[in-house]
Amino acid sequence: MTQPQPLPKTLFDKLWAAHVVETLPDGAAILFIDRHLVHEVTSPQAFEGLRAAGRKVRRPDCTLAVADHNVPTSPGRVGAEADSILQLKTLEDNVAAFGVPYIPIDDPRQGIVHVIGPELGASLPGMTIVCGDSHTSTHGALGALAFGIGTSEVEHVLATQTLIQSKPKSMRITVKGRLPAGVSAKDLALHIIAEIGTAGGTGSVIEYAGEAVRALDMAGRMTLCNMSIEAGARAGLVAPDDTTFAYVQGRPMAPQGEAFDAAVAWWRTLPSDPGARFDREIVIAAADVAPMVTWGASPEQAAPINGGVPNIVTADEERALEYMALRPGQGIAGAAIDVVFIGSCTNGRIEDIREVARVARGRSVAEGVRALVVPGSGLVKAQAEAEGLDRILTEAGFEWREAGCSMCLGMNPDRLTPGQRCASTSNRNFEGRQGPGGRTHLMSPAMAAAAAVTGRIVDVRELV
Amino acid sequence: MDAFTTLTAVAAPLPAANVDTDKIIPARFLKTIKRSGLGVHLFDALRYLPDGAERPEFVLNQPAYRQAEILIAHENFGCGSSREHAAWALLDFGIRCVIAPSFADIFHGNALKNGILPIALPKAVCDALMADAAMGGNARITVDLEREVVIRPSGEEISFAVDPMRRHFLLNGLDDIGQTLQHEASITAYEQTRAAAQPWWPAIPAL
Repeated sequence: MTQPQPLPKTLFDKLWAAHVVETLPDGAAILFIDRHLVHEVTSPQAFEGLRAAGRKVRRPDCTLAVADHNVPTSPGRVGAEADSILQLKTLEDNVAAFGVPYIPIDDPRQGIVHVIGPELGASLPGMTIVCGDSHTSTHGALGALAFGIGTSEVEHVLATQTLIQSKPKSMRITVKGRLPAGVSAKDLALHIIAEIGTAGGTGSVIEYAGEAVRALDMAGRMTLCNMSIEAGARAGLVAPDDTTFAYVQGRPMAPQGEAFDAAVAWWRTLPSDPGARFDREIVIAAADVAPMVTWGASPEQAAPINGGVPNIVTADEERALEYMALRPGQGIAGAAIDVVFIGSCTNGRIEDIREVARVARGRSVAEGVRALVVPGSGLVKAQAEAEGLDRILTEAGFEWREAGCSMCLGMNPDRLTPGQRCASTSNRNFEGRQGPGGRTHLMSPAMAAAAAVTGRIVDVRELV
Repeated sequence: MDAFTTLTAVAAPLPAANVDTDKIIPARFLKTIKRSGLGVHLFDALRYLPDGAERPEFVLNQPAYRQAEILIAHENFGCGSSREHAAWALLDFGIRCVIAPSFADIFHGNALKNGILPIALPKAVCDALMADAAMGGNARITVDLEREVVIRPSGEEISFAVDPMRRHFLLNGLDDIGQTLQHEASITAYEQTRAAAQPWWPAIPAL
């Protein structure tokens, strides 16, 4: 009698199976959560719920809190609005009352939750990671199952360190070949979303694979996984490899020494087995990817820089074009911009700021353009300053600011005013996202830098 | 959470796809530390002019729909951020049910946890319900969760399906956390097994 061969498993299957506490009668799982990242905006009502029910935080040692969405990023952090101050104070009161590890605003390690998790080694391969923020998908770049949750689920994780979840479907996007010179992970992400749509990944966990993905550094992988939610996906994943382990090694909250070696031995077993089946497979040719810019009010409304708005548009696209003050058939290159925003959990890492400085060096921000550079964390800021990047940027006329979410979402003082057109390295171009009436064009850091120094949307490959 | 059993109400037509959470409630209204009171900011940019006056053309500003408790929309309703404020704003306005061809995952979960029933139905059925909704106060739609049917003003019944566990929770207004804590022994056992098999997982230190 021959033994049946175990079915080949995907990375996602393995991560899921390793965290199932119990399978419920209807098939849903109680899933153990290894890391819960908490910020000021989606947690107050969760702590309030715990208090009302007389519950404690079950695992403070698996929880890390930081304020990022609502903090002013002006030099010296001046200008916080009164309701923001109340929300920040509420987080401080809650972490103190419930004994949750917290990085204060004036701590050099403060920053955007999705930047600091990997940076500090709090987010690790093989983990389940959640946060009350949809861009938690970022941490999937490490080979962790990471997804955003609502406030009721934040409360559920605080109280039980678990979530009740039905297993999502699996999707693999294989990017064949190498990305052309001057094309970044952000361009790849926008290319994929334009292809599969903002609901293309709904109900699925996407694993990114192929030569072009393997060639990305960790910052690029984080950008790619970050944007998974803009394709509607529950999470994005990149299999952990030597690039991952080299990134993790030595980070302050990561395992050290023999513990690190033991961890790597397990992490090496996680990549999808040969022959593993995915519910859906998509193949992208890296050679087809060009610098991308969004023209509408949804991340799927994107085109290569040498392309433009479609000639024939749907009713929804027509409304988006009216909002963006653009016409069907119009080319995307050449549009004059008012503001440049460089930062966010998508593109606020040191690698992104190096790209911007490379374009900005020896050039000046175009007249009439306001250009903000907002490091993703205090440590990114310090690193950039150690490399002299802040001087290159400020000499070119960029504002060099404190870490935070800033103009990605228009809930702190950094906002567009009605009608302003912005070249942004953030993740959402929804109507009003960066401020009421603001017009957002998503693009890569290099493309945003090129827009800053020319005052227009241009192909950065023509500048450098 | 309030139980959801049967609802008979006016339905408001919102014929747009990809209604994102920034559209449902812009980020500048997320500074609250409460769940209540967000209804006034629901669909802020669609509902109000920059000076704060109502846009008379917006559906929820029309007399027939001010009391709407059901919303009919196009594909991918609730895409974007994880903000549960989107569900809270809908609920605070009085919306207890959203019917659309598809929903974004996080919004779908947030709605269910707040006693709002998201019903996914085929596009053609949603179009028919959209036409019913366009009749304003003259038409009422019934949503019966017990029987899992939507009843059109004509009396025609349309079946829908909700995850059995979520349906049970909604019908009885149950709290998720209380249910999970009944599995406390399993959680503790899991923690002990993991700690023994993989002792190298680091704890987040007190900072």
